Amino acid sequence: MFNWRKLKDRVSGKLMLLITILACSLVLVIGIGLITKSLPVLENNSFFKLLFSSDWHPLRGQFGMLPFIISTLLVTLVAVLLAVPICLLAAVYLSEYANRKVLLYVNPVIDILAGIPSVVFGVWGIILIVPFVKNQVAPLFGVSSTGYSILSGGLVLAVMILPVIIHLFISVIKSVPAELRNASLSLGATKWETVKLVVLRKSKSGIFAGIVLGLSRAFGETMAVLMVVGNVIKIPGSLLDPGYPLPALIANNYGEMLSIPLYDSALMFSALILFIIVIIFNIISRFVLVGIERRTI
Amino acid sequence: MNRQRGRRIEENIFKVLMVAAALTIIAVFLAILGSIAMKGLPAMSWEMITQTPKGGYYLGKEGGILNAIVGSLILAVGATLLAALIGIPVVLYMNIYRKKNSLFVNAIRTSFDVMWGIPSIVYGAFGFSVMIFFGMQASLLAGIIIVSLVIFPVISRTVDEVIQLIPKGLIDASYSLGATRYETAFKIITRQAYPGILTALLIAFGRAIGDAAAVLFTTGYTDAIPTSLFQAAATLPLAIFFQLGTPIPEVQARAYASAFILTIIILLISILARVITRKFSRFKI
Amino acid sequence: MENNSHIVVKNLNVYFGTNHVLKNVCLEIPDKKITAIIGPSGCGKTTLLKCFNRLIDSTDGVKVTGEVLVDNENIFDPKADLPRLRKKMGLLSQQPFPLPMSIYDNITFGLKLQGIRKKKILDGIVEHYLKMASLWEEVKDRLHSPASRLSIGQQQRLCLARGLAVEPDVILGDEPTSALDPQSSAHIEKKFIELKEKYSIVFVTHILRQARRIADHIIYIHMGEIIEQGPACEVLQNPKEQKTKDYVFGVIS
Repeated sequence: MFNWRKLKDRVSGKLMLLITILACSLVLVIGIGLITKSLPVLENNSFFKLLFSSDWHPLRGQFGMLPFIISTLLVTLVAVLLAVPICLLAAVYLSEYANRKVLLYVNPVIDILAGIPSVVFGVWGIILIVPFVKNQVAPLFGVSSTGYSILSGGLVLAVMILPVIIHLFISVIKSVPAELRNASLSLGATKWETVKLVVLRKSKSGIFAGIVLGLSRAFGETMAVLMVVGNVIKIPGSLLDPGYPLPALIANNYGEMLSIPLYDSALMFSALILFIIVIIFNIISRFVLVGIERRTI
Repeated sequence: MNRQRGRRIEENIFKVLMVAAALTIIAVFLAILGSIAMKGLPAMSWEMITQTPKGGYYLGKEGGILNAIVGSLILAVGATLLAALIGIPVVLYMNIYRKKNSLFVNAIRTSFDVMWGIPSIVYGAFGFSVMIFFGMQASLLAGIIIVSLVIFPVISRTVDEVIQLIPKGLIDASYSLGATRYETAFKIITRQAYPGILTALLIAFGRAIGDAAAVLFTTGYTDAIPTSLFQAAATLPLAIFFQLGTPIPEVQARAYASAFILTIIILLISILARVITRKFSRFKI
Repeated sequence: MENNSHIVVKNLNVYFGTNHVLKNVCLEIPDKKITAIIGPSGCGKTTLLKCFNRLIDSTDGVKVTGEVLVDNENIFDPKADLPRLRKKMGLLSQQPFPLPMSIYDNITFGLKLQGIRKKKILDGIVEHYLKMASLWEEVKDRLHSPASRLSIGQQQRLCLARGLAVEPDVILGDEPTSALDPQSSAHIEKKFIELKEKYSIVFVTHILRQARRIADHIIYIHMGEIIEQGPACEVLQNPKEQKTKDYVFGVIS
């Protein structure tokens, strides 16, 4: 009887180790797979040309991805610039000023927002944001726009990355020890000055991590942005112009991928770019957060 | 005195900004729910949820979205189970069979974090390449596998955090009763972590059912209710995506109804997860 | 020393990283007697205890040299059959840790692992050991309710019953009463005295009076070294070493 238990223990240990190693190597496998599939397009077009040229003519074998890259950068930038200040202000309010009950009601809101699927955000974007940009924002600048624009994409994206960022900000701010606050207050600082000069300064690295995390999330979001951004292959001249971010490129063209030579390789290459950028940002953010954790222990 | 006034004015300005920020978030939340309800509720009907689209999903004016509902449910359940089957033993291994803070285990945690961050479109593109390589057609099974990869880090990370909170004394107690690592992991730890595991599964399910980018490539889209795992199938997110863009209002209505249903599912999951966490488990110490 | 020691320690050295926590410990735990390990806080008492059933393994960065012989088998041998050896020692921690199950299942957990499944036998065992731990009367009507609903004193007695149910030879206690109220503490102490007829008992305590009350054999540890060990009457009343004198008569605490 007992040997059976020992056997189960030993076998399960080895099996689980195998599964664990397989699971972790998934990242490598994906990376290698993407690189392999990207090689064909890199043979005909130099790395530099792929990233920095705007000649996108797949039928001719030209895959300059600059318009897509710029669109991606613009949409992400708009999203982060909008989301971070709002999240910071709200996080400070919720952790320092509001009474406990408020946070109790707001937390479910943040959780639900975090769980809403990308396409639903896209639908909302089409219902509310696109008309808003077309009818309210564009006339303000004397421009006419269909509403499907970088700005719309940025707005929708900002809402999508809100939960992730605010959650991080709140936990970072909360982790600042009460004694530090008390010390500041007893030196005559007001609550706001304590927040501004002490709490936020202490949370600087956490805030940085939050921004980086938000960026990495924003880079990879596909569906919602795709639905409101216009999908026009041109370097956007302004925020009110339509754009065409990288994830949208991949999503829209998977059907034609196989019929045009090297098209699939080019799309895999853009997936590879996304993959690498997101991983780098993720690792940076994680390093910073682990560093904070270690310091507070 | 002027400086005092200046300080107070600054504080008041920021207070207003802060409350405005918090209110903005709530307003946005309500706006989303409101607009989905506004467009989705009128589109909901008995036919909508019990019939498949008639006359083609792109142009057909009759019928409903049963194909997508069934497809999504099968996909999400399958992906969640698969991810749990792999994810939970891995986390148990990390915390029980190994020292939970060793270099190896922390390296595993980092790789899970990295996996969490990978956008689902990358998983989708990768999956698609693999499918082409093996000559596989778009199918429900392929979708289940790829989506399970997407949600696997969600389950692992959540369950890992729950298990790390379990007091060491409980694990010691189990060992001192003569239990092996396997028995400690699967008979004691899983029971202790039960509510946390359940919550993780719920959240993962929600993520799986809402994912569009990964299923786009791998599961395809059809009008019919899938009868085998090797067929393509419709999913709610793609039902929205493909049907929203048409000029035909009846087809659009199907898209809005799908969005409405998806949102209701997410709301239910959120409520359920909170109820579970609050109610605890009978046996948790 | 007495004969038939279940636990014999030879040249045990324990390091936490570069910290030499236990230095060349040699001792024998006398059979069917109550042994108390005493000493100032942080001197290695609990570490020593954890070496007996090798729970020390889970501490980060730990290194152990030497032997701990349980019935003449070295528990630190990499090939040792750990679950079997650990089962010989019941553990009573400072904080009770009822398993996340009913009272009944807590007791039968270890037994079911060994293959005992017949309900009648299990029922009998549950009753027997709950009575032995003086808990039967209080819980006999709610055996299947969760163990977590018991009070701390009751939980500690449950852990005692649970540990006894797997029929160990030795009972290890890590400050088993320091989290309990005086009444429950007295209860546990009374149990120890009754149980020593069948089991060898080793417990760590920082309460000198407790050791005076119930111990037959004393081991005094200071800064990771065994300063003195012997029969309680000798060590507590006529200690040979100066350090022991200082501790026992109240200079160090």
